[in-house]
Amino acid sequence: MRMSTGKRISRIASYTLLSLGALAMILPFWYMVATSLKPQAFIFEIPPRLWPSEATISNYVEALTKDSFGVYFLNSLIVALVSTGATVAVSAMMAFAFARFEFRWKEPIFYTLLLGMMIPPVMLIIPQFIVAKNLHLLDSLVGLIVVYVAMNLAVQTFLLRGFFEGIPRSLEEAATIDGASRWQTFWHVALPLVRPGLAVVAIFTFLYSWDEFPWAHVAIRETSKRTLPIGIALFQSEHLTEWGQVFAASIVAVVPVIAVFVIFQRYFIRGDVNSGTKG
Amino acid sequence: MRSTISSAESRIGEAAPHTGGQLPAAHRRTRERRNYRSTLAAAAFLLPGFLLFFLFVLGPLVFSFRISFYDWNIINSELSEWVGLENYTRALGDPVFRRAVINTIAYTVVTVPAQIILGVGVAILLNQAIRGRSFYRVIYYLPVITPWVIVSLVFEFIFVGQGGLANYLLKDVLHVTSENIRWLAHPILTFVPIFLLGIWKGIGWTAIIALAGLQSIPAAYEEAAAVDGATAWNRLRYITLPLLRPTLTFLTVVLTIGGLNAYISNLLITNGGDPQDKTHFILTLMYEATFEGLDFGYGAAISYLLTAFVLGMSVIQLRLLRKKVEL
Repeated sequence: MRMSTGKRISRIASYTLLSLGALAMILPFWYMVATSLKPQAFIFEIPPRLWPSEATISNYVEALTKDSFGVYFLNSLIVALVSTGATVAVSAMMAFAFARFEFRWKEPIFYTLLLGMMIPPVMLIIPQFIVAKNLHLLDSLVGLIVVYVAMNLAVQTFLLRGFFEGIPRSLEEAATIDGASRWQTFWHVALPLVRPGLAVVAIFTFLYSWDEFPWAHVAIRETSKRTLPIGIALFQSEHLTEWGQVFAASIVAVVPVIAVFVIFQRYFIRGDVNSGTKG
Repeated sequence: MRSTISSAESRIGEAAPHTGGQLPAAHRRTRERRNYRSTLAAAAFLLPGFLLFFLFVLGPLVFSFRISFYDWNIINSELSEWVGLENYTRALGDPVFRRAVINTIAYTVVTVPAQIILGVGVAILLNQAIRGRSFYRVIYYLPVITPWVIVSLVFEFIFVGQGGLANYLLKDVLHVTSENIRWLAHPILTFVPIFLLGIWKGIGWTAIIALAGLQSIPAAYEEAAAVDGATAWNRLRYITLPLLRPTLTFLTVVLTIGGLNAYISNLLITNGGDPQDKTHFILTLMYEATFEGLDFGYGAAISYLLTAFVLGMSVIQLRLLRKKVEL
């Protein structure tokens, strides 16, 4: 295929601009990786090198053994997995009820739930702290999980209701005629059909729980209960110059996120567009 | 065939409640019983979720409003003292709070348009027949999914006074300055990394949303204009952007909410308002008042002021931006 000169120029310009932008996106990550591989003595070397002259993995070893980032990683993993599972289960049940059952005040109840989508999350931190304190949920991973699930319910129920309403009723009705209970219909017929929606919910809740900082920052005081974001932030404020270790821990924290993203990319884009949630 | 019939029946079934008055009594009774059972089933499906929702979202929302009128005693709430609007008037008269409001607004005013211009730009570039589109999409989205804590620390490190990458580029490569700039110790310059981070982290998300909007515009409009001899710029200005208006409105509202709620980057990069409490955002100030000053009532008042402001801004923006597209 031939292209006019003008088209070719605009093509080249497009690629150049996109690549420059991509470089700007990548550079901070690159610098973080490079710094994590530098020995402490070279952290503030001048000129700053974009690749260490002598690479070492000692920062990773230190961070994961001496400074209990291993524990934080485990805490983060538990919190993120349990929050994700619970959010998927609970919001799917709610969404199914809103999509398929007739009951009084259905829409008002639904709109009350949607109110939860409009509240800036940080404004709830003070009363949540008091509630959690009274329920003895401070300094515990359970305290993180219940809040993460609660904070995600509104958006995810909203999203899944759309998915449930998009599947034909006939299949569920056939199941009902064959004698399936509501629960069986939900579990064996409806749920498998909204799998793409469940994937979106799972990915977003996982990333949210993995990333969440403000609530964990006030709810957790005990070192052994820290999740990665608090662990990393507090480590940095306690060891102001040990950037190598900070970034070694950061990379360990970022790898699962990037893995989830690259594997589930196609769900991501759809989920963002459908639910309008922002990471 | 069977499925079409049964779905047609179900549609009749749905419509039926409105004609309930004309049904024979026996039918009505079964219907009522079915409704009752349906309500019961719905309750079972909704209960776990609503329990959590009331306990940790709706309840706190109301509770926080109450706290904001008290000098709240966190040890023994019975001893809390009713102070009326004092927490609110105190915030509005507090120079630190006013400074935080100005900083937060400045952050929003700078980062929201920058994210939209750059994000829409990227989306327009990606909306061509371009090779490696999904590769670029992944790259631009990486900052979006990376935890705020991590990227905040990276930007802080880049702007460190001695030996930071930013100073090296400005001083030794570009020779813009002869001295190292102490970004993080300056009440204005410390916002440079914070603002840049806000823009950098948001471009990918903005681009993905804008790309979805662009793809919903029929190609025929642009093609017709091209045939009529419209330049690329005029096609963008008079066709694409007006048709993209709903998406741009959505982006403006959501990004503004996000900007006004900015928190983590400021907390980590300024250590919560350093130097001299001049660099707070509204939420870092709320955090400090509440969890360091243990002034829960004051913190709650600040969070309600912020929420009111956020909702007000959203309503105003929707009013101004939501106009019908005429072509």
